[in-house]
Amino acid sequence: MSDKLIVSRRGLLKTGAAAGVGLAAPMVFSRPAWAYTNEPKGKSVIFGFNVPQTGAYADEGADELRAYQLAVEHLNGEGDGGMLNTFSSKALKGNGVLGKKVEYVTGDTQTKSDAARASAKRMIEKDGAIMITGGSSSGVAIAVQGLCQEAGVIFMAGLTHSNDTTGKDKKANGFRHFFNAYMSGAALAPVLKANYGSDRKAYHLTADYTWGWTQEESIAAATEALGWETVAKVRTPLGAGDFSQYLTPVLNSGADVLILNHYGRDMVNSLTQAVQFGLRDKIVNGKKFEIVVPLYSRLMAQGAGDAVKGIFGSTNWHWSLQDEGSKAFVKSFGQKYGFPPSQAAHTCYVQALLYADACERAGTFNPCGVVEALEGFEFDGMGNGPTLYRADDHQCFKSVLVVKGKENPTSEFDRLEVVDQVPAEQVTYPPDHPMFAGGDLGKCNPGA
Amino acid sequence: MTNLNAADRLLLLLFAVAVLAGPVILAPFGAGYPDLLQKFAIYGLFAIGFNILFGLTGYLSFGHAAFLGVGSYAAVWAFKLLSMNVLPAIVFAVLLGGLFALLIGYVSLRRSGIYFSILTLAFAQMSYNMAYSVLTPLTNGETGLQIALDDPRILDGAGQSGGLPLTNLFGLPMNQTWESELLGMTVQFNVGFYLCAAVLILGFYAALRIFRSPFGLMLRALKSNQNRLNYTGVNTRPYALAAFVISGMYAGLAGGLLAATDPLAGAERMQWTASGEVVLMTILGGAGTLLGPVLGAGMIKYFEAILSAINKAELSDLLSFLPDALREPLVSVLALFVGEGWHLTLGVIFMAIVIFLPGGLVEGARRAMRLFSRGASDAPSEERPAK
Repeated sequence: MSDKLIVSRRGLLKTGAAAGVGLAAPMVFSRPAWAYTNEPKGKSVIFGFNVPQTGAYADEGADELRAYQLAVEHLNGEGDGGMLNTFSSKALKGNGVLGKKVEYVTGDTQTKSDAARASAKRMIEKDGAIMITGGSSSGVAIAVQGLCQEAGVIFMAGLTHSNDTTGKDKKANGFRHFFNAYMSGAALAPVLKANYGSDRKAYHLTADYTWGWTQEESIAAATEALGWETVAKVRTPLGAGDFSQYLTPVLNSGADVLILNHYGRDMVNSLTQAVQFGLRDKIVNGKKFEIVVPLYSRLMAQGAGDAVKGIFGSTNWHWSLQDEGSKAFVKSFGQKYGFPPSQAAHTCYVQALLYADACERAGTFNPCGVVEALEGFEFDGMGNGPTLYRADDHQCFKSVLVVKGKENPTSEFDRLEVVDQVPAEQVTYPPDHPMFAGGDLGKCNPGA
Repeated sequence: MTNLNAADRLLLLLFAVAVLAGPVILAPFGAGYPDLLQKFAIYGLFAIGFNILFGLTGYLSFGHAAFLGVGSYAAVWAFKLLSMNVLPAIVFAVLLGGLFALLIGYVSLRRSGIYFSILTLAFAQMSYNMAYSVLTPLTNGETGLQIALDDPRILDGAGQSGGLPLTNLFGLPMNQTWESELLGMTVQFNVGFYLCAAVLILGFYAALRIFRSPFGLMLRALKSNQNRLNYTGVNTRPYALAAFVISGMYAGLAGGLLAATDPLAGAERMQWTASGEVVLMTILGGAGTLLGPVLGAGMIKYFEAILSAINKAELSDLLSFLPDALREPLVSVLALFVGEGWHLTLGVIFMAIVIFLPGGLVEGARRAMRLFSRGASDAPSEERPAK
C-alpha cells in the first residue's frame, strides 16, 4: 500500500499547514463586537463566585457561597431584601442590575493560586462572567486580582486580610471591603496594652504566605510600639494540620505571649493544640502566658470550641452587632440557612451588593465606569457604620471590632463577645505607608 | 535521512489538523474556551515528554512536576528581567528545565526501578519545599511569582505605562481572542492556544522522530533488558540520562508555556500530586504509544475543568426529565462524582482502564478498530507499542 502514498515530508508539512490555515481562515477575522469584556447582551448578567470549596479554608468558602446566593436573591427582588433596605444608596430597586436578572456561576479556588486562576478564567472565558468575587486567601486574592486586571473584569475581593492586596499588589480593577492586617494591629494594640501590660515577650507562629507575612509584620510593629519584645517569628506551611512541632519550642523560648497568625482550620488546629499543651496555664517571667489570635472569625471560634475562651483578636464584623444593617442581614441569612452568617459571608454579601450598586449608579457594567463609581464612594447601613472606599488604593475604611472568646457561651454560635468597636480614624493610614508602598493601581482595564 | 513511513506521516498530519481545529472540535463539549484548550496542549506536551522517558525506557519518574515548575519560574523571571516576548521566556524555560533534569537525572539514574522512582519523588518534593520556604526570594513562596509594574524588563521595559504589560509574541498579545459563530456555537480562536498548538505539534513531531530513530530503539532495549545490554558492553546510562534530560526539557517547555499564557508561577505546580498527575495521564492514554499521553492529558484536564464545575443544582436540571422519586436519589449519588468529588470519577475510570485496558485509551481505540475492520487484518497499526 505504501507505493500509493509517496509524499515528501516537506510537501506533507506544507499541505498540513495549508489545510490548517484554510480551515481556520474564513472564521478568524470576526473580531468581538464588545465594548468591554463579556458585555451582557441578553436579559441577564452573570456574576462569577470563586470560593474555596476544598482545602484549609473550605468552611469559609461554603459560607461565602451561601451569602452570594442570598445576595443574588435580594438583587433580583426575592426574599426580604436584606441590607438593600438599610444601604444608604438607594440605586438598587430589586429588579436585578440595570434591569438585567442576576445569574451566577461558581468555581473552586482550592486555596491554590493556579487552580483559582483556572476557575476564574473558565468563568470569564466560557461562562461569560462580568465580574469575579470571593476567595478566602490573600495569595489567591492577589493572583485572581491580577488575572481580572488582565482580562478586563472587576474583582471584588472576598476575605483577604493581607496588606499587599491593596498595598504593593493593588490593581485598578480590584476592590477590597475586608479590613487588613495593619488595621488589626492598630485596633488590637491598645486593648493588648490595657490587658497584658507593656512589658511582654511575643512569639509569632505565622502561616507562610503573603497574608501571614504582612500580619506578622503589622502585629509585630504594633506590639513593639507598646514596648513588647518579639522573641521569634516562625513560619508554618499553610494547611499543616499538626502544629505540635512548632509549639514545643515556644515554652523554652522565654516568651510569655504566643501570637497565632493563622486562619481557618490552621488556626483551629494550632490554637486547640496550644491550649492542650497547657500553654495558657503556664506562668512565664512571673506573668500568665497568653495567646493572641489577631484575625478571628466566628467559624474558627466555633471550630476551636472552648479553646477560645478569653483570647483576644480582631474581626471585620460579627453577627451580634445591633445596627440596622447587621440585624437585617442576620435575619435574612438566618431565615434561609438556620444559623448566623460569618464575617466571610458578610464581606462577600456586601461586596456583591456594592458592585451591583456601582453598576446601577454608573449606568453601565463597563469596568471603568464601575471603578469610577466605587472610587471615593461613601456609604452606610452595611453593618460597619460609615464606610469609605478610598480612591488611592481601593480599600474600605471603617470601624474594626476587637473581640474576645466568651467565657460562658450560650450557644455554639455565641463564642465571641465584642470588646471594642475601634473607629475608622484610629485604623486609617496614609496610602503611601511603608507597609503598603511599592504598588501602583495602574489604569482600569475594560478588556476587549 | 528520514525514518518516517507513510503511516507516520498520515498520523502527524491528522494530529496537526485535529489540534489546529481544536477550538471547533471541542466547542460542542463545552471545552472550547482558551484556558482549557491551552491546558490541553500544554499538558499534552508535558505527557509526551514524560512518555519518552517512561514509555520508552521504562524509568518511572515521580518527580516530573519539578521540571515543569522550574520551567514556569524561569519563564516568569524572563518576563520580569528581559522582555514580555514569550520566545526568550520559552527558550530560557527549556534550557533550565533541561539543566535541572541533568542534575537530578545524573544522581537518580544510578538506581533503577522503585529506587529511581523514590529518588525522583524525593528530589521533586525537595524542590517544592524549597520553593515554598528558603527560596522564597526567588519564588515568592505560596503567593506565587508574578510580574510587576516595576520589573526592569531590559529589552522592552522602557515604553510601558499604565497597566501591567501582556505576554506577547512580537506584539501579538497571548490573550487576544477572535470569536465567531459556527453552527450556533461560539468558537474562540486564541493566540495563546495557537502558540501552544504549534509547539505541541512540533513536540509531537520530535517525539515521533525519537520513537522511530535508532536512539529510540536503544531506549526500548533499555526497557526490555538493561542487564543484557550491559553484558554486551553497552554503557546504558548515557542513553537513560539523555532520555531523562529530553523529557525534562519537554516539561520545562510545558512550564514555560503555562507561564506564557498566564504569567504566574506557583509552588504547587511542583507538588507530588502534580507529578502523579502526569503519570496518570500517560497510563490512562497508553504508555509507550505516541498519541496516548496527549489523549490522557486531555481527558484529565477536561474532567478537572468540567466535572469539577458541576454542582448539585445543575445536575438536578440535567436530569429534570426523570420523575422526582427517581431523580432525588440519583442526583445525590451522582453528586458524589462531580464538583469537588471529580477525583473519585477519575479514580474509578483509572482503575477500570488499568484493569480492563492495560494499554490505555489507545489500546481501547485499537480494539474498537479491529472490531470494525476484522476483514482488513493487514491494516497497518498506527502505533508500534513498545514491548
